[in-house]
Amino acid sequence: MSDSETQTVDAGVALSNPSGKSLEHETIDVGEPKMRARDVDVFYSDKKAIDSVSIDIHTEFVTAFIGPSGCGKSTFLRALNRMNDTIPSARVTGCIELDGEDIYASGMDVVQLRARVGMVFQKPNPFPKSIYENIAYGPRIHGLVESKTDIDEIVEKSLRRAGLWEEVKDRLEDSGTALSGGQQQRLCIARAIAVEPEVILMDEPCSALDPIATAKIEELIDELRGRYGIVIVTHSMQQAARVSQRTAFFHLGSMVEYGLTSDIFTNPRKKRTQDYITGRYG
Amino acid sequence: MSDQAETMRPTRTPAFEARLKKRYASERRFKVLGLGAILFSVAVLVFLLINMTVSGLGGFQRTELAVPVDFTQAGLTVPANPVDEREVVQALQRQGLPEVISFSAEQALGEEGAAHVNNEAWRLVGQQIATDPSMLSQRVELWLPTSENLASAYAGDGNAELQPLAQQLADQGLLEDRFDFGFLQRADATDPQLVGIWGALKGSILTMIVTLALAFPIGVLAALYLEEYAPKNRWTDLIEVSINNLAAVPSIIFGLLGLAVFLAIFPGYRSAPLIGGMTLALMTMPVIVIAGRNAIKAVPPSIRDGALAIGASPIQVVFHHVLPLALPGILTGTIIGMARALGETAPLLLIGMRAFVATPPEDFTSNATVLPMQIFLWSDEIDRGFVERTSAAIIVLLVFLLLMNGLAIYLRNRFEKRW
Amino acid sequence: MSASTLLLLVLGLGLAGWLVARSRATMFRRAASDNRIASLPNYHGWYAALWIAAPALLFAIVWAAVSDSLVLQSVLADPAAADLPPFGLQRETILSQAQAVASGAAQTVTNPAANALVEPFRRASSFYGIIGVVVTLLLAGTGAAIAFLRLKPDFRARNRVEKAVLGGLLVASLVAILTTVGIIASLVFETIRFFGMVNPIDFLTGTNWAPNPMTDDSNPDPARYGAVPLFWGTFFIGVVIAMLVAIPLGMMSAIYLNQYAAPRVRTWLKPALEVLAGVPTVVYGYFAALTIAPAIRDIAIALGVQNPSSESALAAGLVMGVMIIPFVSSMADDSIAAVPQAMKDGSLALGATQNETIKRVLVPAALPGIVAGIMLAISRAIGETMIVVMAASATARLSANPLEAMTTVTYQIVANLTGEASTDSAATLAAFALGFVLFLVTLALNVIALRVVKRFREAYE
Repeated sequence: MSDSETQTVDAGVALSNPSGKSLEHETIDVGEPKMRARDVDVFYSDKKAIDSVSIDIHTEFVTAFIGPSGCGKSTFLRALNRMNDTIPSARVTGCIELDGEDIYASGMDVVQLRARVGMVFQKPNPFPKSIYENIAYGPRIHGLVESKTDIDEIVEKSLRRAGLWEEVKDRLEDSGTALSGGQQQRLCIARAIAVEPEVILMDEPCSALDPIATAKIEELIDELRGRYGIVIVTHSMQQAARVSQRTAFFHLGSMVEYGLTSDIFTNPRKKRTQDYITGRYG
Repeated sequence: MSDQAETMRPTRTPAFEARLKKRYASERRFKVLGLGAILFSVAVLVFLLINMTVSGLGGFQRTELAVPVDFTQAGLTVPANPVDEREVVQALQRQGLPEVISFSAEQALGEEGAAHVNNEAWRLVGQQIATDPSMLSQRVELWLPTSENLASAYAGDGNAELQPLAQQLADQGLLEDRFDFGFLQRADATDPQLVGIWGALKGSILTMIVTLALAFPIGVLAALYLEEYAPKNRWTDLIEVSINNLAAVPSIIFGLLGLAVFLAIFPGYRSAPLIGGMTLALMTMPVIVIAGRNAIKAVPPSIRDGALAIGASPIQVVFHHVLPLALPGILTGTIIGMARALGETAPLLLIGMRAFVATPPEDFTSNATVLPMQIFLWSDEIDRGFVERTSAAIIVLLVFLLLMNGLAIYLRNRFEKRW
Repeated sequence: MSASTLLLLVLGLGLAGWLVARSRATMFRRAASDNRIASLPNYHGWYAALWIAAPALLFAIVWAAVSDSLVLQSVLADPAAADLPPFGLQRETILSQAQAVASGAAQTVTNPAANALVEPFRRASSFYGIIGVVVTLLLAGTGAAIAFLRLKPDFRARNRVEKAVLGGLLVASLVAILTTVGIIASLVFETIRFFGMVNPIDFLTGTNWAPNPMTDDSNPDPARYGAVPLFWGTFFIGVVIAMLVAIPLGMMSAIYLNQYAAPRVRTWLKPALEVLAGVPTVVYGYFAALTIAPAIRDIAIALGVQNPSSESALAAGLVMGVMIIPFVSSMADDSIAAVPQAMKDGSLALGATQNETIKRVLVPAALPGIVAGIMLAISRAIGETMIVVMAASATARLSANPLEAMTTVTYQIVANLTGEASTDSAATLAAFALGFVLFLVTLALNVIALRVVKRFREAYE
């Protein structure tokens, strides 16, 4: 498709590997991107936090945003489902599309957008309700369910997909806040899955967790890939290398480099990326 | 993922979008409800203020009658070198000033004239003469307060027989409502034409001085102790629970305490500002302690560490560094507590500050009443003239409260520091 | 010598001691070989001032409190007092008139019986006055002697002064406990006396309230002291009607201010609510009695209600509800604001609308704080006095009709304590018993609510 080729040029992203090594994902890259951002700037009051970022997000693989803290990767992530709207001083310019629709256009409904682009936060934030009610919350408010059996079904399916069912099936009425940190985070993922989103944004989902819980979440992310477009912000390069197929490196509010994860880590094209990867800063 | 699967997404169906419309409608309803709720409160406030202002403006006026008095015929003299105004007025009374006024009124209005002028009008004339003795050699037209009956007839009720007369006098320009400066200078009276607010205001000021003198030092010292020195033990917990609870105990309970304790110790000082002030101080102290603790807590520990590190003793740290920084916050809390005490009535009702006090209190132990109590007492009067006077008293009270709250907000904004 | 002159004298002596000790310390310092003494001169000054003024002041205050009754006792012991009527108003009048003349507050007495007592009064008060002054000065002098004997160049005045300051702080914070103890003691004492006359069970379960101060005090009719109608009236006005107004309006105001209002709007509306909270209750009472109650009566008549009361429970309850709105609103505002932003973000990120987030996440999460706030609001409503005194009625009635007149606990406390009854009558003591019940109920509400609020805050910190 000629359109997708122009995008690639626009974004300044070379997806073909210069070394000629063939990667298994490369063949599916030609597909239409789920989300597409062009020249996105984000301002807080007058301060520019994100400078002209352009990127494509595909359902087929996990995209990781890496970079030192304060580089704007979380800010950009929150622009993708308009969570920045909750900050009165924040302003977004440029174009972000979901399936070709501009999400900042007046015709786009923010409620529907967020139902389609879910989000998991840095700190697990289960509602102070039962596990069951946490999952049922989204389907209920959106009116996706009618009977009690429908809800039961969605709760079980979502918890199974999040790999939490076996651990909590006997105590669905316990408070969500009573779970361990890792379980809480998987509960939050299950909660996001319950409304069948198209994309899930994850903002450093493991930063508050211990290594074992982290491993479980990473495993889960891998299982969810393909069904949902997944974007994960992480400050851990190892995590990006483990879970993602595409990586974008952010620095000082702009996207320095975007490409195959293996390329970014083994063969970065920009010196700043290389410095970060090799631990000169950050 | 195939296109077919895409269309299966439950969040992209027409049904979802139809539901969305309903959800937005409910969102709008909810928002309007919220705005409505708060506008209701604002509307009540505005209604209350306008209501009080409209009827209160009348309270600053009184009905007065123009009476020509010919002093040249009366032969009144002012004593030489009088000590004070009172002596002049007494001398004039002995020489027959009241009769001169009655006579003049009868001359102007016929036989019933003397009854239409207020009984105490001659006293006002005497006071005017005391400041300006040259009046005694002139023929002057004086505006004198009318009797209670004529005033209510002029207002359109009361004695039906007097109403035509009042109407006639008003048409001649001899009877009108005139601004009554004396309202701010006199004390309580049985005649609404003669009442004033100064007595109650002075009582309030004296009471507040006692309250402040007791509650402020005790409150600040207790806050300092609890926040800076108190060990964590059961006693400290007990003190904390006591203070938090006292801040929420109904004010009338403090009245019972004042009645059972203070009046038992000082039985002679019923309705004295001293006792009232002590009772209100117990009520205000917890407010100051709580505000003080918050202000002290807000002073960052780095300042204490810095002072301790150069060898200051814990007492010096607190009194030289922490207290000055916390003072604006403490003062804000104090003013708010004092404003609450100023508007408080119930406890004072129980300790007997509801006496009829016709002269402004001299000192902390003389009989006194306070502004809110004066409002309460006047609101109980049947005479219509008191309705407007009550509203006027409310305006005076509200002005003081607004000034105090304004000062507190100013202090908070001016000195509030973010560490 | 009056109490205030004595006070000023003691303070003056303290100041003098401060100056002398300070300059003496400066001399010590000059004389010292290395120009150093153990404590700064200021602390020497404070040490002396404390020793001089503190004990003397303490005594002067206690003396001011007890000397009146000492004077009275010595007057009563005088032979001239033998003719006094044993009890009642006349005795009080004679005594107070004699005292007024003796102290110079009045010129003459209207009751000739008081004349004989003027001289004993004058003698006794000058006698006790002199004792007071002498002891006060003696204490100040002793204090000065102790202080100046101890003040040496190597004396650690600072530590001593600081210890005294710390003691002062402790005493100040004990005032709170003392107040609580005072409240409980005075209420319990009078309540026990009341229960000696009227069986507590009759009091707490009886349904007829008609105290009669004119009956024989030693043997009141217990059937007239059934407080249930009072409790019901208090509950109906303060909890049912007032909360029906205050909770929905207060909650919605808080939600609007916290979640919807633009910052500029908020800066105007919030102070407006604070002003509403700052309006004195006597003004609300006046408003209720003069504007709302007649309006309700007129509306009720227009609707065809027979004989609606002009002192209806509805008027007092509605105005009380309006008075409580800012209180509920600010407690709810604080509680909702304390819910972490993450909770709200989590809901919004799922595509919930603002009001869905508020109703299903924020309010449930803030519920403990809100409930505690409502408990405090109830505690304030049932203790509210002026509105009911001015707008409610004296009639004790068990009824669920808001248009009928009802009375409350606070109303009856005021009515029974400001009437003509003597201090020992059953009606007066009943007021204390009612006060005790009110205190216990509000205490329970406050303590539970404050504990809930504290836990709630800790949960989200």
